[in-house]
Amino acid sequence: MNLQQTHFELFGLPSIFALDTKKLDQQFRLLQSEIHPDRFAAAADSERRLSLQYATQANEAYQTLKNPLTRARYLLQLKGIDTQEESNTAMPVDFLMQQMEWREALEEATETANMTSLEALKLQLRDAEKTLQATLTSALDTDSDDTVATESVRKLRFIDRAQQEVDQALEALES
Amino acid sequence: MALLQISEPGMSAAPHQHRLAVGIDLGTTNSLVATVKSGMSVVLSDDNGHDLLPSVVRYYADKAPQVGHILHDAQNTIISVKRFMGRGLQDIADVGHLPYRFVDAPGMVQIKTVAGVKSPVEVSAEILKTLKLRAEKSLGGELVGAVITVPAYFDDAQRQATKDAAKLAGLNVLRLLNEPTAAAVAYGLDNASEGIFAIYDLGGGTFDVSILHLTKGVFEVLSTNGDSALGGDDFDRRVFCWMLEQGKLPPLSPEDNSLLLTKAREAKEWLTEHNEARITCVTSSGDILDATLTVAQFRELTQPLVAKTLAPLKKALRDAKLTPDEIQGVVMVGGATRMPHIKQAVAEFFGRAPLTNLDPDKVVALGAAIQANVLAGNRSENDLLLLDVVPLSLGLEMMGGLAEKVIPRNSTLPIARAQEFTTYKDGQTAMSIHVVQGERELVADCRSLARFELRGIPPMAAGAARILVTFQVDADGLLSVSAREETTGVEANIVVKPSYGLAEGQIADMLQASFTYAGEDKDLRARLELEVEAKQLIEAVSNALQQDGEQLLNATEHVDIVNKIADLQNAMGDAAKLKSATAALNHATEEFAARRMDQSVQKALTGHNLSEIEI
Repeated sequence: MNLQQTHFELFGLPSIFALDTKKLDQQFRLLQSEIHPDRFAAAADSERRLSLQYATQANEAYQTLKNPLTRARYLLQLKGIDTQEESNTAMPVDFLMQQMEWREALEEATETANMTSLEALKLQLRDAEKTLQATLTSALDTDSDDTVATESVRKLRFIDRAQQEVDQALEALES
Repeated sequence: MALLQISEPGMSAAPHQHRLAVGIDLGTTNSLVATVKSGMSVVLSDDNGHDLLPSVVRYYADKAPQVGHILHDAQNTIISVKRFMGRGLQDIADVGHLPYRFVDAPGMVQIKTVAGVKSPVEVSAEILKTLKLRAEKSLGGELVGAVITVPAYFDDAQRQATKDAAKLAGLNVLRLLNEPTAAAVAYGLDNASEGIFAIYDLGGGTFDVSILHLTKGVFEVLSTNGDSALGGDDFDRRVFCWMLEQGKLPPLSPEDNSLLLTKAREAKEWLTEHNEARITCVTSSGDILDATLTVAQFRELTQPLVAKTLAPLKKALRDAKLTPDEIQGVVMVGGATRMPHIKQAVAEFFGRAPLTNLDPDKVVALGAAIQANVLAGNRSENDLLLLDVVPLSLGLEMMGGLAEKVIPRNSTLPIARAQEFTTYKDGQTAMSIHVVQGERELVADCRSLARFELRGIPPMAAGAARILVTFQVDADGLLSVSAREETTGVEANIVVKPSYGLAEGQIADMLQASFTYAGEDKDLRARLELEVEAKQLIEAVSNALQQDGEQLLNATEHVDIVNKIADLQNAMGDAAKLKSATAALNHATEEFAARRMDQSVQKALTGHNLSEIEI
């Protein structure tokens, strides 16, 4: 284990988007079972420090690979591609239209305190998320189409934020 | 039963001896200490057979404080001190109802007693000292260390205060463990459970909920939420207010207040198994209260509190991306969960009856003892690993009073995150960094953890400096922050403490004060501590050499480490030499440690055959 390894190498897994997440979970647990600071509570300082560093790295790698959005972004980053999620806001027209519809649905549901529509919107977003993940699998793992992949990451980022906003709206209605 | 091994005080046990370690549940209402004996986790009782130690400390003008089952003298008897840990006066909602004489000290509130002004850290340390004594007496030896539990929703200041209290009580803290996680350990191991569990932990003064995934001895916390100012005490207070209304009582003295609160608590407990409770008392002014509280009235009075616990439950599930029906078991923890209407509300929410087969008062201490046993190096066959999370997001203050999150809540520990910032003025040579914790967008709505300055930035144009701020949260959930200007390498480090915890100097002063009380010599104590630390290091390195020395080190490296061990052994008795020899041995083993770690990693990922990996 070293700091130059990629997150995939760390867990001994192939660098693909369609990752076997069950296998990832297993490898993560096996690794933490060996390197977690709890395993070194009675060890020398040098080992405790290393264990903290390694366990931190393993957590970071696991979080990055577990979440499809961060996994896709990371795969592109390994190819030297910046997804420009903050700077590049250009989107295809149909996706922009879709975005507006979701926004309106969110605003309306929030104003009318309609939990059912919020839950429905959540499901819609989840479907859109799944479709994009399928697109990413072919773009990254088979077609090597970085343009489509980058655009899909930006779309996924939008959906991710929208999901968070729906959750916040639900939370606000509950309390 | 195994014979207890008695060792010379200060001598560490030989590698294969059982090392004495305990789990301590430092509760709002009651505290407990437990240990693993012959493979079983058991609560240690006092001479009178009591398991629970009331978290009550009474101070006297002319003698040492007393802890536990004692007669109250309202102003000098501190109860529920946990609510004040790491809290300022403005944080305590019901100051007016409390009999104490508070002193608004910077960072943490203090209380004026006949024995002087006391910090909540000192009061908690008294409780911990009592439990430490109880354990040492019962186990017949010195403790290697303790795992102390804290509410999962405790923030950094509250955790730091707890760790400080343990230090003050002379305990070596092996780990701060979240209470719901401790309960999950006790339950999970007891029932050999696998799957996703929810822990509903309503204590005397705090409420936590954690969602965990249990698999093959790994306890992975998926999310946690709660309210660190909601607990069984609040139910007492509702009854107390009802009593005041019923009795049309005039303003009460501190003694009468405590009397009525006790009556309120007794009524609450009585109603767990009865349909009504008769409450009678005579105040010091001669006023009489005689009232009957029915279960229905009690439920109505406290329903808002029950409802208040459901919101964090929903949030925790949402953060874990789960729905109530995906939960395989719900564990109830904390004495307050004995109330039938709470059990009912939780059962309705999850659509299943909660698990209550372990005593809700003891389950946290039992789980903590299991973890302490593992951490002390007494490996058991059911080796377990706990992966816990950060309960509240950690961030920095940005321009305009906005909080920028650096580490989001529910990130698995340990975690480190770095963020880059820049200067906003030409020639700016310093940058102040304000660390906050909380979920709100405005800094003013979050808890301030620390402020520090990075100085000595060479004058540059605005936006040219690159300041990397790194947050590291360790396995105890404690944060340290460092800042570094990348182009010049100017650094500033801080273990987050000053704003709400105690400064290192204050702890030293308190330790000094307690030593004076005990008539102990501070220098001697410091040297003994260094010796214990040195012996632990020698033991750890010797074990490592025995296991891997041959394979991983060449002859020169091996001899070097052996020599450094000898140097450290020869340094016993001299504090200055101990310090330098300890540092030298630590330094000499760094490369060895790295190779050992690599070997473990290889073993983890390749050393298991497929049948082991397959689930």
